Amino acid sequence: MSSGPVLYDVAGPEEKRRERLISWVLGVVVLLGAGALIWRLAANGVFDDRWRILIEAPPNFAGYEVQHIWMAVFRGLGSTLLAAVISLPLALLLAVALVSLRTSPFAVVRGAVAVAVEVFRALPVVLVMLFGVLVLPGASPLMAVVFGLVIYNGAVFAEILRAGIAALPKGQTEAAQSLGMGSFLTYRDIQLPQAVRMMLPSLIAQGVVLVKDSSLGYIVGYAELLRQVSRVTDALTNAAYLLPLLAVGAAVYISLNIALSRLAVWVQRRSARTRRTVVAAPLAPIVED
Amino acid sequence: MDHLFEQRSAIWDAFLTTLSLAGISGLLALVLGTVLAGMRVSPFLPLRVIATGYTEFLRNTPLTIVFFFYVFVTPSMGFSFSYKVAAVIALTCYTAAFVAEAVRSGINSVAPGQAEAARSLGMSFGQNLGLVVLPQAFRTAIPPLISVFIALVKNTSVAGAFSVLELFALSKRLTNAYSADVITILIGIALCYLVICIPLGRVAAALERKAVFGR
Repeated sequence: MSSGPVLYDVAGPEEKRRERLISWVLGVVVLLGAGALIWRLAANGVFDDRWRILIEAPPNFAGYEVQHIWMAVFRGLGSTLLAAVISLPLALLLAVALVSLRTSPFAVVRGAVAVAVEVFRALPVVLVMLFGVLVLPGASPLMAVVFGLVIYNGAVFAEILRAGIAALPKGQTEAAQSLGMGSFLTYRDIQLPQAVRMMLPSLIAQGVVLVKDSSLGYIVGYAELLRQVSRVTDALTNAAYLLPLLAVGAAVYISLNIALSRLAVWVQRRSARTRRTVVAAPLAPIVED
Repeated sequence: MDHLFEQRSAIWDAFLTTLSLAGISGLLALVLGTVLAGMRVSPFLPLRVIATGYTEFLRNTPLTIVFFFYVFVTPSMGFSFSYKVAAVIALTCYTAAFVAEAVRSGINSVAPGQAEAARSLGMSFGQNLGLVVLPQAFRTAIPPLISVFIALVKNTSVAGAFSVLELFALSKRLTNAYSADVITILIGIALCYLVICIPLGRVAAALERKAVFGR
């Protein structure tokens, strides 16, 4: 992959002028389009006084202060992230356990792990969450959400680690075995550390997916961001307030995800620079959303 | 178990709804995503900015928020869609970002000599992309595109929470009606998803192995 553009020439002076002209025209077209959309939205009253709710509560609701509104939004955001923060380490733990079982001397165990990983990866997370709600004895909504996130992402993390181990040079395993290390010890001390290092970008990217999926708690009745936002608008009996409240909550949530994604890209660049052993990374990153 | 059998026609209908949601949004997302990927490698800055911004934004937005926006928020902005249309729009917008990334990585994997040769023949950007690079890019992009489609099939379950009666919504309805059979019902519904997703995953893995050897 070369760094410059491949699909078109680095332009000469005349071509540059033409490109700049087209870019300007396109820019103007885009701005006109955006302007038309904004004008249309304004005509529909999107920019009316509904945004005032972020500064003061509507006057006809006595005792409802603006800080209640903000607290509800941030409590929702906090619950969403709480589910993600609890699930992430548990899912990683599950993945490490699943992959370690792949070194078992019993074919039955190895087969069972392979089937479990395949099945859990192919199920929608909400369905697993619903299973958690209905089947786990005495499960709170938070537990059901964590259950869904851990089962699904644990399986995906396991698959990422397996792919990382498979991509290691064979000599690593052979050298470990020639030192008399058993398959579990080889896995724990030789394969796993290298696989984690190599697959770190994929692991972080899947972490973003986990954080994103924590919003699915809305569907199984967990009091997260969207639930809180709709509760506030229900209390104020005006659906127009959904937009400003959702905008605030979503903006925080999405910025967090973008920051995490950037981190993944940064780690990838850094590890590409500092990699000492020559290891071919798998063709496509395994990330599932 | 009996209830599952009793409800087989409802399950079949829901299964078809899931498939049609995935199929329609998948096709639309493929078109939109390919256009976005093309915009991202184009020589024109405004197009690149829009495409990059769109992919970056949608890839980091939870699907639930996208659905919530199209189903509950747009009516207060003067637009409203039927539930099914809203579901297709939400799934398409969301999936297109992932399609664009898959196609873009496919474009990056085409040997630079190909595009250079096309340029040296005097092909324009459009000819270069459409006739030389994209056809080769799709070959490598097919396994990741299948993964995107598998994710889409699973993501249709979110539509179930927004008033579209597909497999997930049906599972909620059936487990409410027959609370003694919760586990069998959920396993039955899960099997419906497995029937779609596992074979697709196998195909993607096989194609990927083939692509590696084909190089």
